[in-house]
Amino acid sequence: MIEGTLIMIAKSIIIFAVFLQLVPIILLGDRKLMGRMQSRIGPNRVGPRGVFQPIADVLKLLSKEQFTPATAVPWMMAIAPVISVTTAVATMAIIPFGPYDVWGGGFGLYGIDVSIGLLYFFAFGSLAFYGTVLGGWSSGSKYSFLGSMRAAAQLISYEVAMGLSLLGVAMTAGSLSLVDIVEHQDAMWFVVPQFVGFCIFLVAGFAETARAPFDLPEGDAEIVGGYNTEYGGMRFGSFFMAEYMEVLVISGIAAVCFFGGWHGPGPEALAPLWMLLKILLGAVLFIWVRATLPRLRYDQLMSFGWKILLPLATLNVLVTAIVLVAT
Amino acid sequence: MTTDWRDAAAPIDRGPEPGGIGAVYRVFGETLRGLKTTLGRVAEGHHVIQYPEEKTPVYPRFRGRHKLHRFEDTGLEKCVGCSLCAAACPAKCIRVVAAENTPDKQVSAGERYAAVYEINMSRCIFCGYCEVACPFDAITMGNDYELSDYHRSDLIFTKEMLLADPPEHTPLRREGE
Repeated sequence: MIEGTLIMIAKSIIIFAVFLQLVPIILLGDRKLMGRMQSRIGPNRVGPRGVFQPIADVLKLLSKEQFTPATAVPWMMAIAPVISVTTAVATMAIIPFGPYDVWGGGFGLYGIDVSIGLLYFFAFGSLAFYGTVLGGWSSGSKYSFLGSMRAAAQLISYEVAMGLSLLGVAMTAGSLSLVDIVEHQDAMWFVVPQFVGFCIFLVAGFAETARAPFDLPEGDAEIVGGYNTEYGGMRFGSFFMAEYMEVLVISGIAAVCFFGGWHGPGPEALAPLWMLLKILLGAVLFIWVRATLPRLRYDQLMSFGWKILLPLATLNVLVTAIVLVAT
Repeated sequence: MTTDWRDAAAPIDRGPEPGGIGAVYRVFGETLRGLKTTLGRVAEGHHVIQYPEEKTPVYPRFRGRHKLHRFEDTGLEKCVGCSLCAAACPAKCIRVVAAENTPDKQVSAGERYAAVYEINMSRCIFCGYCEVACPFDAITMGNDYELSDYHRSDLIFTKEMLLADPPEHTPLRREGE
């Protein structure tokens, strides 16, 4: 009993530590890779080749003032970034990095193996938007308010399609547990039979993280900075960090549900490395798309979500069901 | 004779109709083309000049910070304090106060010399009219463009500063490069 508790504590610390180390790597990768894609170099002044840039960014944010406008709801404005970060970390807890019996066995390289893994992911994915919505609304500023309204609308439109796109995976695997889903991809990764589902998941995932081309809640060109307009200092930093964590979470779920999770060539002890590699490749895709595509117009976002993605996702589920019953 | 204006007008390129299977192909095809373009920039390499370490070379005719000249053989100043440059200056940034040369203090080659010669670089528009106006080629435009300073008063260049060699030489580009 006490041993189990200790293992759980150790797991929580390790997940949090690894996760928080990945964020600056992605942050730096984002700036460097995006620079290269725009024929620039990216940050290269802080440390050798600019590797300490994230540290400099965080130090700058830490030393800045946390301003609260007179019209804001101060306590709500303070907890909004906390919600964003917490939900992102909580989702990371269920992403499996290896099977139960790897590395001597007895613990399993994941926080918890919940039997309703995908539902858990959706639950926290929806909660994550509360951070954005509450933060924008409680700022007491028009632009923040517009940003949070956009975030709410975007969440409602894309959460449905995302749920339906993963339903095909859940049906094929016959389980909602992420560990079971990975173990079902022993022979073939789900990206092959569920290719349409993967495409829908990818698009909806981009919308869920509110990154380009779906960064309407932020929309720095038209609504100044959206929900984080009034935020400064480390509160803004938390939103910023939560955004990158969301990217890692979506990449992790994509790797688990479509790219065979920890499966890969080589001995089983390498499982976490394969998983990490897949997550980082997913993050690279996010950066790549961000450097390529312009932001969608609001009506395009809505009509794309409801008129194309939702019917396509429903059709995907129907076809999967028919195929599963027929075979 | 009447001409139909429609024949004269340039045809309007409207692009394909929205919607349908073709639209789906276009959306995904063009997205992939965009991704290919950005990745192509990575393969191509960057076009960055790391400025403080690496300087953009300027053409020889580039008009930068002014220089005052001396005669190379005698070491006397070419400037005779005629104030034609100050008169030609559209920005009124040159101030010249002339003084007479005396036999025991011969500063310039002429009768008079510039006792004070100041150029306010924060006013100067680098038009080069002073260079054109000068009858003795005493003032020319140099090639240095790094003229920033912490105080406006430091940007008033005195005669000694303009006569002295610039501390750092700006790289020159060959004509036609």
